[in-house]
Amino acid sequence: MTVEARPPDTTARAEGAAADPAPSGPLLSVRDLTMTFPGRRSASGRRGAPVRAVDGVSFDLAAGETLGLVGESGCGKSTTGRMLVRLLEPTSGSITFDGRDITRLSQRGLRPHRRHLQMVFQDPHSSLNPRQTVARIICDPLLVQGWSATDARRRAAELMDLVGLIPEQIDRYPHEFSGGQAQRIGIARSLATSPRLIVADEPVSALDVSVQAQIVNLMERLRRELGLAYVFIAHDLSVVKRVSDRVAVMYLGRIVEIGEKRALYESPQHPYTRALLSAVPLPDPAAERRRERIVLLGDPPSPAAPPPGCTFHPRCPKAQEVCRTERPLLRIAASREVACHFPGD
Amino acid sequence: MADVPDAPLLEVRDLHVTFATPHGPVRAVDSLGFTVEAGRTLGIVGESGSGKSVTSLAVMGLHRGAEVGGSIALAGQELTGMSEKRLSRLRGRKMAMIFQDPLSSLHPYYTVGEQIAEHVRVHFKAGRAAARKRAVDMLGEVGIPEPARRAGEYPHQFSGGMRQRAMIAMALACEPDLLIADEPTTALDVTVQAQILELIARLQQERGLGVVMITHDLGVVARVAHEVLVMYGGRAAEQAGVDELFAGPAHPYTRGLLDSLPRLDDADDEPLRAIPGSPPSLLAPAPGCAFAPRCGLAAAGTPDQRGRCATERPELRPHGAGPHTAACHFAGAGTPASAPPARTAPPASPARTAPAAPPARTTPPATTTPEANR
Repeated sequence: MTVEARPPDTTARAEGAAADPAPSGPLLSVRDLTMTFPGRRSASGRRGAPVRAVDGVSFDLAAGETLGLVGESGCGKSTTGRMLVRLLEPTSGSITFDGRDITRLSQRGLRPHRRHLQMVFQDPHSSLNPRQTVARIICDPLLVQGWSATDARRRAAELMDLVGLIPEQIDRYPHEFSGGQAQRIGIARSLATSPRLIVADEPVSALDVSVQAQIVNLMERLRRELGLAYVFIAHDLSVVKRVSDRVAVMYLGRIVEIGEKRALYESPQHPYTRALLSAVPLPDPAAERRRERIVLLGDPPSPAAPPPGCTFHPRCPKAQEVCRTERPLLRIAASREVACHFPGD
Repeated sequence: MADVPDAPLLEVRDLHVTFATPHGPVRAVDSLGFTVEAGRTLGIVGESGSGKSVTSLAVMGLHRGAEVGGSIALAGQELTGMSEKRLSRLRGRKMAMIFQDPLSSLHPYYTVGEQIAEHVRVHFKAGRAAARKRAVDMLGEVGIPEPARRAGEYPHQFSGGMRQRAMIAMALACEPDLLIADEPTTALDVTVQAQILELIARLQQERGLGVVMITHDLGVVARVAHEVLVMYGGRAAEQAGVDELFAGPAHPYTRGLLDSLPRLDDADDEPLRAIPGSPPSLLAPAPGCAFAPRCGLAAAGTPDQRGRCATERPELRPHGAGPHTAACHFAGAGTPASAPPARTAPPASPARTAPAAPPARTTPPATTTPEANR
């Protein structure tokens, strides 16, 4: 692996990984990732304040590992996912994949990495071209990678079998499949080039409840069999708990808590994580009546006008003076990282 | 509009709703019955195409072009066959509805206050000033800060949670007895969902409202419902009190749903017990039990039993003690302890989404039907 010229701010970890190509380093290493969108133009033509959708997100992901990215709408989890596969150009920060900084690679330079880095989207029907057959949909990434048409078609049929579809249906169109089946097609497409990392953005939230479990089980099986790593983006904390090894909770563009799944769900340290978990309705009426709920006041603030200090302080039951003025950074607390001045129960 | 004393707030019996489509008539709701008492919440659970939303629109008389049969009685007063003029007097005044997406239910050109006030003026023949005051009061009551100022704002200036609060304010401005909430929190974040559910529960207690909560989320049902109706393929699969339903689900579909959910209070060490296949198409309903093609209990039965599931439609029958009914020929036959392993995906090969047809089934379920996605 050769070292390419990269921006001077590349982290020491990435340098180390590049110098030593042994697969000991993380598969994916994200440092200070930030995305600022220009403000929306008003009717008078004046631009509003820029929106910092993602604000300094950092994490590592090992090969074969699943990181769950949770948070409410507007927290920046999908924007983060899109930057990871370079569907969006980050404003600043770095993405190191397999020891190589891919943040600023040209589309052409990115192509050899693309096959290892794929994405699965939320709405299977709108993310599949309705005028292409399943064969075409799954083969396309292979043809881009230089496969012959016959080989690609054979591979597509194998993939359909792998994800639990009937290979004989390869010449059908997406509308002939149910939602769950269409999501399987999306997954087959993402697997075509034998990727090492899949970024899945809300892969089950558009599906019927009785179908969600099928897709969750499929993704878990594929991970075991193929040694995949996932960044699993979802708002449903039960699904994220199911599939993840580690979980990162985002609020207003920042990670507020990140750590091992079990520890994070059993003793959440950030007040927002605690509130989020207590808000999830449990399918158990007796437990629901026993439960103490933390009901947060108000809505998540707009990322266009984030509150000063800790962005969670206007809704936080534990907020003190320092929270209004000083932004808390991620620090180790109870075997994980928490961005709170007063972590703990 | 004399209310019949002692009649339940809402009583639906043998409800049928049929739509004419280019592919022939579609029976979206079939032989459905339920009751809602004042101060109680009925949770209606179902997936896309289960008929849960069509049911609520039928109760409100908002189904366009559908044929509605059976009986819908509000405080003893029959609503089916009622003239549109009389219905519109009841709508808002006696029963009101809130929807999943408040932005598409609010008019973008009028301020939130004007929209609520118009409602009050129509039903109460109130003057402009009085109606306006009522609108502001209602916005305050549903927890909107600075209600007098917010009443002068337009829907797009409200956040999702605030819009749903405004919808609730409008729905309750004329003090209806029945509130139908169709997936009211599905578009909202989980922390905001908690606020809205709490708000509905508080208003219900204060006003003795009867509430119909339509949702796909069994967690929401467990939190708010007193009674539960589980719908599948346009029919009732199971009806029970909330505790009975979650503690001892009798219908294999209910049980399958509960088993397939990832849960916060679960160890995550085994694969989820997924239900194979997809919800059925209403265009080609199976002659027997709509759930049979996906049912582990049916698959594990003898050929005779499978034949019965495939050809004979199960009626709701009492199950155990109390008002608990399930529409399954073999309800209770497979208690969780002795439940057949067929509920899990077949272990050998990955479960195919197009389920391999068990021998007794006449038509395979619609593997090629696009399903409505949320």
